[in-house]
Amino acid sequence: MEQVINCENVKFIYDNGEKDQRYAIDGLELSVNKGEFLVVLGRNGSGKSTLAKHFNALLIPKEGDVYVKGMNTKDESLTWDIRHNAGMVFQNPDNQIVANIVEEDVAFGPENMGIESNEIRSRVDKALKTVEMYDYRKFAPHLLSGGQKQRVAIAGILAMRPSIIVFDEPTAMLDPIGRREVIKTIIDLNINYNITIVLITHNMEEAVEADRIVVMDEGKIKLSGTPREIFSNVLKMKKIGLDVPQVTELSYELIKSGLDIKNDVLTINEMVEELCRLK
Amino acid sequence: MSIEIKNLTHTYMAGTPFEMKALDNVSIKIEDGEFIALIGHTGSGKSTLIQHINGLLKPSSGQIIIDGIDITVKKVKLNGIRKKVGLVFQYSEYQLFEETIEKDIAFGPKNLGLSASEVDKRVKRAMNMVGLDYEKYRDISPFDISGGQKRRVAIAGVVAMEPKILILDEPTAGLDPKGRDEILNKIKELKKEYNMTIIIVSHSMEDVAKLADRIIVMHKGKAILDGEPKQIFKQVELLENVGLAVPQVTYLVRELREKGFDISDEIYTIDEAKKQLLKILRR
Amino acid sequence: MIKDITIGQYIPGESPVHHLDPRLKILMSLIFIIDLFVINNFKGYIFVFVFVLSSIFIAGIKLKYIFKGLKPILLLVLITAVFNLFLTPGKELIFSYGSITIYKEGFYLASFMVIRLIFLITGTSILTLTTSPIELTDGLESLLNPFKRIGLPAHELAMMMTIALRFIPTLMDETDKIMKAQMARGACFDEGNLVKRAKALIPILVPLFISSFRRADELAMAMESRCYRGGEGRTRMKILRYTLSDFIAVFIFISYAALTIWSRWL
Repeated sequence: MEQVINCENVKFIYDNGEKDQRYAIDGLELSVNKGEFLVVLGRNGSGKSTLAKHFNALLIPKEGDVYVKGMNTKDESLTWDIRHNAGMVFQNPDNQIVANIVEEDVAFGPENMGIESNEIRSRVDKALKTVEMYDYRKFAPHLLSGGQKQRVAIAGILAMRPSIIVFDEPTAMLDPIGRREVIKTIIDLNINYNITIVLITHNMEEAVEADRIVVMDEGKIKLSGTPREIFSNVLKMKKIGLDVPQVTELSYELIKSGLDIKNDVLTINEMVEELCRLK
Repeated sequence: MSIEIKNLTHTYMAGTPFEMKALDNVSIKIEDGEFIALIGHTGSGKSTLIQHINGLLKPSSGQIIIDGIDITVKKVKLNGIRKKVGLVFQYSEYQLFEETIEKDIAFGPKNLGLSASEVDKRVKRAMNMVGLDYEKYRDISPFDISGGQKRRVAIAGVVAMEPKILILDEPTAGLDPKGRDEILNKIKELKKEYNMTIIIVSHSMEDVAKLADRIIVMHKGKAILDGEPKQIFKQVELLENVGLAVPQVTYLVRELREKGFDISDEIYTIDEAKKQLLKILRR
Repeated sequence: MIKDITIGQYIPGESPVHHLDPRLKILMSLIFIIDLFVINNFKGYIFVFVFVLSSIFIAGIKLKYIFKGLKPILLLVLITAVFNLFLTPGKELIFSYGSITIYKEGFYLASFMVIRLIFLITGTSILTLTTSPIELTDGLESLLNPFKRIGLPAHELAMMMTIALRFIPTLMDETDKIMKAQMARGACFDEGNLVKRAKALIPILVPLFISSFRRADELAMAMESRCYRGGEGRTRMKILRYTLSDFIAVFIFISYAALTIWSRWL
């Protein structure tokens, strides 16, 4: 399994000039496999956004190394190649859109890469169709909803043809409809276009869709595993300040009260099965 | 102190090709001391509705009667309304501007024309209520604290005006689960301490399920559902049709009923589900 | 909704003027304005009048938009006319009352200034009414490009304009939200003397500034993530290309300019 991102003993601290600053990332080891859908789960202040910015060389580790497709992020001559390979979508839909109309914004990345004019046109059209925003290509951004803006941002990254896309809490500022649109797009990109996805979030409904989840707290990785393995640790998750699906918490409570059901229930259907079994 | 909304309609850009009815003949009565959740999508009219209650917007037609006074009449002094109805906007931390936390929270009470000692008293009370120790935080800049703390400063800024009715627009937006729980608990405490009527605007069903006495569902400018949580959450199809989801346990209970479980369809919290299931399965 | 009004009053359309290359339109506007001050007799201004009126007609612009653009400068025009009329010295006296005098030279100067100002605004309006803000920034960037060699940051200027235009509706929205939030805390913006009103703006300006800095920071990060590193090596999706209509327009314009210069000897 090819590893597209490698973090080796990474430590990072924000240099604010203040004394006694805590390490935002405190000794972290992580590998991301090609084609994987990885979720980094953690509460605010856990270091997850700081980690995300290491994946495209926006931040460089104080100690340790980060490799993106074998390229060390500390090597400045490789920065543009790294960013071309690992695109990033941020939390605030508005503060990612640069141009006055949608298609011009999607063209921004390829234009920076010096790609030929006709090629840019075709990439822009294709990217917009992939995120289902082609009909809005002549719109001004301020007329779009949050979810639509985020999809335009995603199209802007797609047009650069990265093999990895890092999403830093892309749905935190969206309403449920917008959230659904964006997650649907992300899953689509992973399954149908084989793009490696790293999704940073604190929303467990989104985390449930992952191949693998890594839980961060206080700058370190505390838990790692499949969604099933992670969420069944109900007590630990609550202590870290995170949620688990309601059915998972319910099964935990029922087991505590003596019922004999399996402890890694994730979905409604599984819960129904278990309860029917007991009836 | 009650709020009566009668046949409220608000039309944006009336008479132009962009005309849009944000509120369509809405009639609601809110009694003193209620805890109400206003649910609906972006565009359902919920934000427009709350801005009418504190006089920021005027209706195209209809009336709003607060404490016996019709605030839609031209001559009404808006400052009088602001004393009674406090409104905390979404992402309220973006309204902070003063040099210190104490000064920022004092902004509201000062604008009400209160004496310096009264302002002081209210600021202290509000800060302690939202969990920001007065002595520790009073002289710190509001820009030197975390996002969650900023939001609490903003809420304190409105609470310090000691309104009888407090409206909060998506107070948990953008917060992580722990932050969400903390704010919601604080709101519960606020209600008790100040004896306020509270209206929370949200699109998170799970959040409001724990707190509200009454849920009003808005869709396309109309109030389509109005009642106790257990009555509202039962209406799964209707809620789905307007793009809202019910808590996961409510879906679970529905599935179980279809499989023949004799379980109540008015369950919407984990606690209730646990109690009911244990009763059924231990028989 | 205020955000639907575009800056510079651009009104979309399909006229030949709308489709002209923006670089040419900008250059022609510049030369047109300079030309206005070269003409020094009424016959010359007849050419201008005909040219401007035909342009308005071909562009399909409603006259009310032109008048809207002229309204703000009416006072300025009046003051200019009065000053030039009464304060210009000369040889031929045409009117006097006590110490107030009007010379023929003054009359001519005043008339010319009035005509020049009106046509200046009208000409500029035609430009902004038929050219979208994006086209204007693209056109300007292209025209300023050769000056990069002497250190003019053409690309950066164009980028700044684009971003500014992009965020105007967003910032207006945000200002509205902040105002409402502060009004909900009892702030008042339309009472009191000038000092009081200025102070009342602080609760709006401080949050607005802070959020704008944060916005700029996040935008810069997003731009860097998309491999932005200034204008070097950048290509464009939409390339400005001259067409036959552009050449025809240039020909017509040059003829017009020649005529107006020739009018000096009429």
